Amino acid sequence: MAERCAVIGIGQTKHASARTDVSIAGLVREAALRALDDAGLDWADIDAVVIGKAPDMFEGVMMPELYLAPALGAVGKPMMRVHTAGSVGGSTVLVAAHLVTSGIHERVLTVAFEKQSDSDAMWALSVPQPFSPPLLAGAGGYFAPIIRAYIRRSGAPDHIGIAVAVKDRLHGSRNPYAHLHMPDITFESVRDSVMLWDPLRYLETCPSSDGAAAMVLASEQAAASSPAPAWVHGMAMRSEPTMFAGRDQVNPRAGRDCVADVYAQAGITEPRREIDVAEVYVPFSWYEPMWLENLGFAAEGEGWKLTDSGATSMDGGDIPWNCSGGVLCTNPIGASGMLRFAEAALQVRGLAGEHQVDGVRRALGHAYGGGSQFFAMWVLGSEKP
Amino acid sequence: MSSMGRAGVAPAWRRPVAVVSFAQYPTCRREEHRNEVEVLMPVVAEALDAVGLTKDDMGFVCSGSSDYLVGAPFSFVMALDAVGAWPPLRESHVEMDGAFALYEAWVMLQSEDIDTALVYSFGRSSSGNIRRALGLQLDPYTMAPLWPDSVSLAALQARVLVDRGIASEDDFAEVASRCLRNATSNPNAQVSGTASAGDLMRDAYVVEPLRRHACPPVGDGAAAVVLAAGERASELVERPAWITGMDHRVETHALGARDLADSPSTRLAAQAAGLVGGVASKIDLAELHAPFAHQELILARALGLADGVALNPSGGALVANPLMVAGLARIGEAARRVMDGSAHTALAHATSGPCLQQNLVCLLSDQPGPAVLGGARTAGTAGTGGTAGTAGTAGTGGTAGTAGTAGTAGTGGAPGEES
Repeated sequence: MAERCAVIGIGQTKHASARTDVSIAGLVREAALRALDDAGLDWADIDAVVIGKAPDMFEGVMMPELYLAPALGAVGKPMMRVHTAGSVGGSTVLVAAHLVTSGIHERVLTVAFEKQSDSDAMWALSVPQPFSPPLLAGAGGYFAPIIRAYIRRSGAPDHIGIAVAVKDRLHGSRNPYAHLHMPDITFESVRDSVMLWDPLRYLETCPSSDGAAAMVLASEQAAASSPAPAWVHGMAMRSEPTMFAGRDQVNPRAGRDCVADVYAQAGITEPRREIDVAEVYVPFSWYEPMWLENLGFAAEGEGWKLTDSGATSMDGGDIPWNCSGGVLCTNPIGASGMLRFAEAALQVRGLAGEHQVDGVRRALGHAYGGGSQFFAMWVLGSEKP
Repeated sequence: MSSMGRAGVAPAWRRPVAVVSFAQYPTCRREEHRNEVEVLMPVVAEALDAVGLTKDDMGFVCSGSSDYLVGAPFSFVMALDAVGAWPPLRESHVEMDGAFALYEAWVMLQSEDIDTALVYSFGRSSSGNIRRALGLQLDPYTMAPLWPDSVSLAALQARVLVDRGIASEDDFAEVASRCLRNATSNPNAQVSGTASAGDLMRDAYVVEPLRRHACPPVGDGAAAVVLAAGERASELVERPAWITGMDHRVETHALGARDLADSPSTRLAAQAAGLVGGVASKIDLAELHAPFAHQELILARALGLADGVALNPSGGALVANPLMVAGLARIGEAARRVMDGSAHTALAHATSGPCLQQNLVCLLSDQPGPAVLGGARTAGTAGTGGTAGTAGTAGTGGTAGTAGTAGTAGTGGAPGEES
């Protein structure tokens, strides 16, 4: 990295299954205004806007950044639109961060959103395409066989997924912005919920949310007056093909390569010890143990033991994962990755409120997308790198 | 336009980056026999082969495309197979023209410890009714439901020029005549011809005042560019086309709030890219992404280009307009002429959105500009607070009403085409 970069403002909407009280423009402005307010800035202070979202068909607006330009104060400024599937919220942040680390801009506003209630994501995912088998099952149906492969490989007991679902919902009940608030969730209520895609039950699955996230990224100079900047210590993205013979979809190499790059930049050799808190893209319960292994927090086949021991809980665990409640509580698809990046920043800045972990010095933000093939990650720290 | 921001003081970048290779798929009306991967593979291979590199040498890969052309979500995902992302690549995608993917790659080359990048884009404009599909770029609450189509909106813009006496239909025909003639030496063009402006004036209107020749053909295509930084560029080719500056700006979406006869965002982007002082007089040629003939006139005026500048020597977007590709192709066509010695300096432009809403300007030269190592940044490019104030009001009743009226014109897949 060339120039330093820090998060100086964070905003998100109240997430819900249908935010019928606002238009798409109203939704993104709610998050953007909160980020600007947090940074103590006005629209005029922003040099460029980088916006991301998942497929345009999720709302039925082609290249919605064109319509959103005035709503995001982008008129007369550079504006970019990123789309890298489910990882897009993370990739969008990284594109914005590079506008700062390259020395081109001082303050960049980055925004991601999804307003799923305006359309039907399941329909959008199911459009017949020439030369391709239809994905009629949606994301859960796509990932369930990969999870079954993980269970078979690792010998993980059945209850691990349920444990993750309970833990993340309890975490999310402390996050006022989370879509789902389920403080009374129990092991039994998850276990007894309907099986959607074996082994994923209804309550082991992410919701469908309307929501947006925004951050202001700043250069070292622009961050000088910020009371609590979260510094970028490392960031990377990696992609691999959807399918080819021999591809390991359970523990994808692109994820391992990506995190290795980030750790090398941040000087991290023992992630479980050196990272205080992690916000990781877990849309289906079983992805916690799978990503624990992919991200080097546990040896291959051992991730479920970490989950089982309570290590990833913010109530006594040594490496709390998804204190915000994660994707299992809030899933505005295009913004889900940015929320992970933003929640990591909140923890480093000590501003996460009821779901704050004490004394966070370094945090990991993670997003993935496509068929577990696109990855974006960063590590933030309270100290200048 | 007072709500447009200031341009930066000077283009600030850390090290020189150049276009070292460009390849494109010959644009055709409808590519029926190859899918996106099959269209892209030979183009990517040609761009890499020309400089003796493979995808494994690429420090970064970035692409531009739109799902609404293919009619499928995640259409860029499978297209990545044209590169072969194994072992995993540093890779990203913009839902924009490939020119903006090139911008992202240029930024990455300024920031990361990498020396090369591959940029590609693909556009299958023929899959559906593109005039109708582009209407979905409009405000989804107040404008899109009225289905104003892209040609009708462009015609509104052309009408402003005619009504104000800035340009006439004959001027549009002059632009088209030159572009078609230039295209006779461009093997990748979809249409070409030697008709005079007078001949072209006999064309029927598609939407008044735009006649057939003033509208772009609908076509499928793809393009790829290889970028290299610093000495790496000089090692790869004899004459790299150095990017001496690049910037892009967006305008409001509300057509009624814009001066459609001008392109202030193009002017701002050009200034921020370094088209200041006497630089405009040194430009040898300009490849302007003007899908409609009148838009070339608007862009040339906004850029203040001298009379001697060769405009769209390739024929431009009037002779081949694969959506999401045509902007990247402008950079490629301009760079090619710097690389082959037929130009010292060139300007390339790309646009996005209805009536030139968003514009990118890239300056190219056979000489690298002075690198600003760790140096001055572009100072705030701030829009005014007033910008935010206009936000929720985008697409006023008046705008929507006008657009809706225009939307009743023609339904053909291509302007003037029978489909």
